[in-house]
This record gives sequence, C-alpha cells and structure tokens, in this order.
Amino acid sequence: MPEPPDPDTDSSDRSERERSYWRANMRLIMVLLAIWALVSFGCGVLLIEWLNQWSLGGLPLGFWFAQQGSIYTFVVLIAVYAVLMDRLDRRHRRQQD
Amino acid sequence: MDATNWWTFAFVGLTFVGYLWIGWRSRVRDSEGFYVAGHGVPAFANGAATAADWMSAASFISMAGLISFLGSDGSFYLMGWTGGYVLLALLLAPYLRKFGQYTVPDFIGARYASEGARVVAAICAVFISMTYVSGQMRGVGIVFSRFLEVEVWQGVVVGMVIVAFFAVLGGMKGITWTQVAQFFVLILAFLIPSVALSRELTGSFIPQLGFTREGVAAALNDLHRELGFAEYTQAFAHRSQLDILCIVFALMAGTAGLPHVIVRFYTVKSVRAARYSAAWALFFIAILYTTAPALAMFARWNLLETLHGAQVSEVEEVIADDGTTRKLYHLTDPERGEAIEWALSWQHTGLLSFDDADGDGSISMASRDGVFAETTVDPDIIVVSTPEIARLPPWVVALVAAGALAAALSTAAGLLLVISSSIAHDLWVHFVDPDASEEKRLRIGRRMILLAVVVAGYFGIRPPGFVAQVVAFAFGLAASTFFPAILMGIFDKRMNRQGAVTGMIVGLLFTSFYILGSRWDMIFHIERPADWIAPWYQTQWLMGISPEGIGAVGAALNWSLAMLISRATPPPPAQVIELVERIRLPENAPA
Repeated sequence: MPEPPDPDTDSSDRSERERSYWRANMRLIMVLLAIWALVSFGCGVLLIEWLNQWSLGGLPLGFWFAQQGSIYTFVVLIAVYAVLMDRLDRRHRRQQD
Repeated sequence: MDATNWWTFAFVGLTFVGYLWIGWRSRVRDSEGFYVAGHGVPAFANGAATAADWMSAASFISMAGLISFLGSDGSFYLMGWTGGYVLLALLLAPYLRKFGQYTVPDFIGARYASEGARVVAAICAVFISMTYVSGQMRGVGIVFSRFLEVEVWQGVVVGMVIVAFFAVLGGMKGITWTQVAQFFVLILAFLIPSVALSRELTGSFIPQLGFTREGVAAALNDLHRELGFAEYTQAFAHRSQLDILCIVFALMAGTAGLPHVIVRFYTVKSVRAARYSAAWALFFIAILYTTAPALAMFARWNLLETLHGAQVSEVEEVIADDGTTRKLYHLTDPERGEAIEWALSWQHTGLLSFDDADGDGSISMASRDGVFAETTVDPDIIVVSTPEIARLPPWVVALVAAGALAAALSTAAGLLLVISSSIAHDLWVHFVDPDASEEKRLRIGRRMILLAVVVAGYFGIRPPGFVAQVVAFAFGLAASTFFPAILMGIFDKRMNRQGAVTGMIVGLLFTSFYILGSRWDMIFHIERPADWIAPWYQTQWLMGISPEGIGAVGAALNWSLAMLISRATPPPPAQVIELVERIRLPENAPA
C-alpha cells in the first residue's frame, strides 16, 4: 500500500502558503469556539447560579445569558467568521498572483 | 363560523395560493435543480430558507410553551438549537459546500471510500427525517382542526397536497423559494402577538427589551413562591446541571448534523456564500429564538394571573367523542366581571381542563408536587392561545394559525427532500441503476418525494410512538452519527474507513438503545407496571442523563472509538487525502 505523501517534506511555496492559510483558519476557529463554549456551557450552564447574583435590568444575569446573551453572541461569532475568512481568502489569492 | 374562522380561512387560503404560485414558478428540469437548486441560491435567500427549514411546528408552537413550564431550565432548547449553527458555520458548511455533490451520504461515502458508510448514512438520514416529518404533518392537522374545525386527518391531507405540489414540481428549487416566503409569514405571526403582549405587560414594543424591564420577572417570581412553585428564574429546578449540559451539547451537535439543514448549504453559489448564509440563517432564527423566552415569561404571567382565583360560574357535563364524560368549567374573571371565553374553547380540545378539587367555587393555580393542583395545561396551547388570552383582535389569532402552518410545511418540505434524495440518489441510482439517464433520475426523485409525502401523511394521522420522541431520536442520532463522522472527515486526515464506520455504528446503536430502553413504554404504547423495579427499566440510567441528552455521550463514544481504531489500522488512501486537502482550500486556488 503506497504511503500518502507527507505534507512536511513538500517544501514548495504553494504548499507553504496553503499550510499557513489552514493554520490561520484553525486559529480563528479555536478562538471563536472558545467564546462559543464560554457563553453557552460557561455562562449559561456551569456559572449560571454564580452569575445570578447580579442582574441585568429585571433579570438575573445568568438567566439572561442562558436565554438571550448566548444567542446574540452566536450571531456575532458567525458573522465575524464570515468577514474574517473573506479577508483571509483575499490575502491568500493575492499571494498566489 | 365566527370572525376568527373567517380570518383564518382567508389567511391560510391566501398563503397557500402564494406557496402554490411560487412552486409553479420554480419548476425544474434536471436533477441538479431538483436536489440542490442548481447551486444558485443567493446567501440572503438561503439564510431565510434555512431559518424556515429549521424552525418547525415545534419551534413555533411548542417551544415557548415548554420554556414557560421549565422556566430557567428551558434554556437548553434556546442555546442548543441556536449554538449548533456556530458549529455548522465554522466546522461543516464551508467544507461541505466546497466538496459539492448533492447529499450528506455523498460526502461520507467519498471521504471514507466506502459503500457501507454511504448506506449507513443514507439509512440514518431517512430514519431521522421520517421521525421529524411525521411530527410536522401532525402539527398541520392539529392547527387545521383547532382553527378551521375539521378533522385532524383532513388537515393532514390538505397539507400533503400543498407540499407535494411544490416539492414534486420544483424539488429543492421550489422548496427553497417557498421557504423564503414561509419564513416571513411565520416570523410576522410570531412577532405580532409577542409585541402586543410585551407592550401591554412592560410598556416596551421590543419583547427582548421588555423581557429585561424591572418588574415582570420579580412579580412572576413572587407569584411562583406564593403558589408554591420554584422561582421562574431559578436554575436547575427541573433538571440536573449535568443533564442540561448534555442536552445542550446533544442539541447543538445534532443541529449541526441534521441532514436537512446541512443540505441547504449545498444550494448556495460558493464557499463564501455558505459562510454568509449561515450568518443570515442564525440572524433570522435568533429573531424568533430571542423573542420566545420573553413570550414564555409573559404568557406564564398572563396564564397564572388570569386563571388564579377565577370564579366557577357553571360546570357543564358533556360527552366527548371518545364516549367519556368531560366537565367543562365556565369561568368568570372576578376583577373584570366577565366570562373567560378562551378557557372554555380550549377545554373542548382536551388540552386544557379544570377540576375544582377543594370545591370552593374558584380555581387555584397553586402547586401540588410541582404541578397545578386544579388545572391541567398542555404546553402546546401557550403560543396559540396567547392572542386570545391577551384579547388581541381575531385577525391576529388567524395570523398565528397561518404562521404555525408555514413553520410546519417549510420544515416538512426540507425533510421530504432529504428522504427522497437518500433513497433515490444515494441508494437507488447509486447501487441499482447507476447508468440511469438524467430524465430517469429526475423521475425517480419525483416519485420518491411523492411516496415520502404519503408515508409522512399516514404517520401524521396515525403517529407511531417513536414520533413523540423526535427530539431525542433526531438530534441524538444526528449528534452521535453524522456530526462526528463529518467533523473528523474534514479535520482529521488520518481518520479512515475502519474508524469512522465503527464510530457511526456504535454511536447509532448506543443512542437508539438508550432511548428505546428508557422510553419503550411511550414508544410501543405499553403500560408500565407500577411496581416494576428491574434495573434496565429505569427511566434514566446513566448518571441521570435524559434520552434528550444521551446524544452527547453517543458522540463522545463515536469519537473516541474512531480515534482508537483509526490509529491501529492503515491510513486512508492517497486520493482521500487529496480530497481532504482540496476541500480545506479556499476557492479559485489553481488546481
């Protein structure tokens, strides 16, 4: 069975650019997913009782995160990902030309 | 027929004619148009279509009612069913769009170079979608029977004819553009009563802001304490923290893995459009999902406030359709001095009932062991009855009916397409008749969608027990099979056929058996002996995790087994590695 080509031995410019594109993508995904987990599993479930000692208007803060704040954050996360990946794609294309 | 009936008839008729017209305008001639709308849907339109596809009869009718009963713990629906879009947008949608083709089993089959994996995926897709679609057809029937006073089966048949028309003619293209229209109908129908209620209770026109105004939450918490319930905003009053954590994850991973949602991202023009349309989709979904908890709290307050202390003016005994005697309570609001009419009309449906147990001539909404002592309220009536409870004009009530139908029909159409494409494209054309001409493929696709409509309609009229477990089954199975298999297929180059197929099969079996094992009495309609204490019978075995949350454990099991087995077996072949590298790259990269 032929071994698949090891990406590390391929040192051409193109594969280096592709790897740095993928690394940048992965970094962005990790940061955004950390925020995703923090507002939902963190503020909305694990820390909800602790956060409930403060309030936002008439609602306990943890309750607000679980029923409102986490959802707003999700929308922003996806929009940010779309915009930043657009930029990354454009930079990647410029480097190719 | 009263004014509400006329309005409902007008709104439902008007929207249905609109859907038929759109369906006729979007006829297709080839299977690319039929399965993925020719990869030509703009990001904004796909966002609206995804939102309508996603928001089902359950999101529209049941969710706010369930939250209204669960209080703070109802949050798992909200976070679970929106947070999944973050996973979808960041981890799955762009790569699956880059891969192209038509279905989820297409990807699984190609990535793991395995016909077996393709078959397992196609069967899972059909089972998940069938469970899900039967509930939608049922929802259509119930809305018809409540607002237009016809039998449930007649309502289901009308719904079947409408869906069949635009789905058979237009396939994914017809479904997409009808879903865009249905989104605007359903969101308007959800917002108008919520805005009216928010203005009345809090003075704010925006329910999301009214929700945080001082006063309502505190008053509701006080009332809850007075009646002997846990405070509305208190966390973990109904479910354990671990259970909620698992349910949130299972619903998120399940959302990201549901084939009818994923397939919507195959219809856009490019990877870039897939990312933007995910953002639009969640934006549109969030409009409903941030309004629902506000509506839930307002409706809870309205329900308790109106019914607590209501005077019983007359108890009428009627014989119900099933031959049993039912007591109908005529109630009067002592402050306004007038009859509470909505309470009477809902008692006819059997979804609301009263029992003045202490015989003091008034209804108490106090708690007995955590439930109402003198009242039984089905959570499903909360959203639909809100306009009546809040005394909104009849046309608002009618609009809610049209909105509920839009929500049910749009989701049903998306699911029917997945069933059709799994059977026609992934199984029939792929295995039985690979040389079929383009015309024949389209014909098979159309026949399958018609067959699926008929089966779904039958299940809607006579729901099998597993349909009631749709949240557990559909999301649990999507979370424990598709989600890990696709995720590892994109992000783990070393993942091979052996690992992924074992993971999927174990995830599928584990999750289904857990759900069957803990809900078998409801699924097979068997009476549970009260004194049965055999250990395998208990409702929730594993650390108190409910069947709705078990998908999280199934996903973890799938992933760990797949990792172990893939590392112990040979790496995937070179052409699979190339496939993974290709889908990871941005578009327009030189080949």
